Amino acid sequence: MNNKHLDVDLLKGLAAGDRKVIERVYKDHFNMIQSLIVNNNGSSDDAQDIFQEAMIVLYEKARAGSFELNCQLKTYLYSVSKRLWLKRLQQSNRLISQEIDPDTTISVEEEIAGFEKRDAEFELMNQAIQRLGEPCGSLLDAYYVKKMNMQDIALQFGYTNADNAKNQKYKCLMRLKKLFFSGYKNGNPNG
Amino acid sequence: MDDLQLLSEIERYIKGEMCPDERVHFEQLRKSNTEVDQLVVEHTFFLQQMNRFGEWKRFKSLMKEIHVDLAEKGQISSTRLQGKLKVIYLWNRYKRVSAIAASIAVITTLAISSLVWIIAPTSPRSQFEELNNKFSQLEDKTKKQAKEIDRIKNKTSSVPQDIPFTTGGTGFMIDAKGYLVTNVHVIEEAQQIVIQNNRGEYLAEVIFQDKGRDIAILKIEDPNFKPYSSLPYGLSKQTAKLAEPIFTLGYPRNEVVYSQGYLSAKTGFNGDTLSCQIEINANRGNSGSPILNRKGEVIGVLNGRQTNAQGFAFAVQSKYIFDVIESLKKQDNGPAIRVPSRSLLNGLDRTEQVRKVQDYVYMVKVN
Repeated sequence: MNNKHLDVDLLKGLAAGDRKVIERVYKDHFNMIQSLIVNNNGSSDDAQDIFQEAMIVLYEKARAGSFELNCQLKTYLYSVSKRLWLKRLQQSNRLISQEIDPDTTISVEEEIAGFEKRDAEFELMNQAIQRLGEPCGSLLDAYYVKKMNMQDIALQFGYTNADNAKNQKYKCLMRLKKLFFSGYKNGNPNG
Repeated sequence: MDDLQLLSEIERYIKGEMCPDERVHFEQLRKSNTEVDQLVVEHTFFLQQMNRFGEWKRFKSLMKEIHVDLAEKGQISSTRLQGKLKVIYLWNRYKRVSAIAASIAVITTLAISSLVWIIAPTSPRSQFEELNNKFSQLEDKTKKQAKEIDRIKNKTSSVPQDIPFTTGGTGFMIDAKGYLVTNVHVIEEAQQIVIQNNRGEYLAEVIFQDKGRDIAILKIEDPNFKPYSSLPYGLSKQTAKLAEPIFTLGYPRNEVVYSQGYLSAKTGFNGDTLSCQIEINANRGNSGSPILNRKGEVIGVLNGRQTNAQGFAFAVQSKYIFDVIESLKKQDNGPAIRVPSRSLLNGLDRTEQVRKVQDYVYMVKVN
């Protein structure tokens, strides 16, 4: 039971984006996932990618607050990583050299489907921002991602005052929306 | 009301920044104008997307940072695979690849590279300025004073205190065990080499030099040196792309200096195919500085600039570092240097990248 309490605390920390907690979960589980990947035709770079994707799945779940902890954190991360890795292997037609023990994993199909959908959406946003070019990309990043205030942004980007920066931000935002929604409505994340 | 104003009103409305009167007014507008209403819905959705996107991005870059940190501290097995794991991985991966294909590839590469080597132009070097640093007397004096202070503060350094260093450049780690790369012209005719950064001051020896490529490998030979557990950056085997943004850290002064620019031509001085041309602010002492791309991969080693033109410099392409390491391996008792090929810095902010890299860049002092 003790373990369970600890896991619940860790999840709360993850949802809040607490660096110490992320570091701890990372440290405790990365090596396990690395051996899983490396024993199944992957490199340690693949391991890093897959593990970080699994962490995002966990993060999403923790954030949604819907996480019913009916298994250990360890089992969860292992299951998600395994699933993600099998998918990737299938996509690249690399063969699986050994069957991964099915008993130690739980079903995570739903989460992975959700993750992939969101990942595609974010990729769409990312590409839209890339296509905006500079300084628009950095400007929007500063405001919406880094959450800087307009005064600081004006200073950093060399606008004479916050109102000017704000105006510029809205201009950029309009272009971004156009790019984003044109991709979104086409249903083509790569567009 | 134009689109821009409307958007700004909508955003204020969604964020709840409107005062009650404005709000009532806006809601009326929303009711009477379906277009506005639709825009509000759309923008709410968009802002949510932006928000979530931001959170993901922050979370991802935080994880990358953590990975580098943990790998540095040795708390997770680093990107380099070790022992058993590596054998399993390599075996799984390459058992299908036939040895014949590999050997053909090797032979072809060797043939082509030797051909290129023979054909490559030897350029007049007069317009080419090597950027090693001649210490002025004044600098020498201040340095001596600083050293005296250091010596008093810190008695552990094994570096003799009375060496008058005459020239200098920059060097950077390519293997966590204590191997560095710099330019041959930096350490030419050196009797004693000392490398120094914030981490400390160590004695080093030249173990290999390739004059043609202007690449030298140094090994730290100092009992005080503690090997790193891993390097944050990797070395790129690819030729860099035109216009790719780059940055460098070096020691044109007694202080590490950051500079940024872009790759401006794929060949170097007088069409030299070994190197490439970069648009960056380089000064004496920058010789041997690593040139990194946006992903934090080393794409070259800065080695000179043209004297009759300001602003651009040249860098030896990093793939030649691999060649040098290969020839080093073939020597008797040549150490096997293992260079990381993947950078852990991909996706980090520039300031964060620089903070990680600077511990691995050293001032190279020579007398």
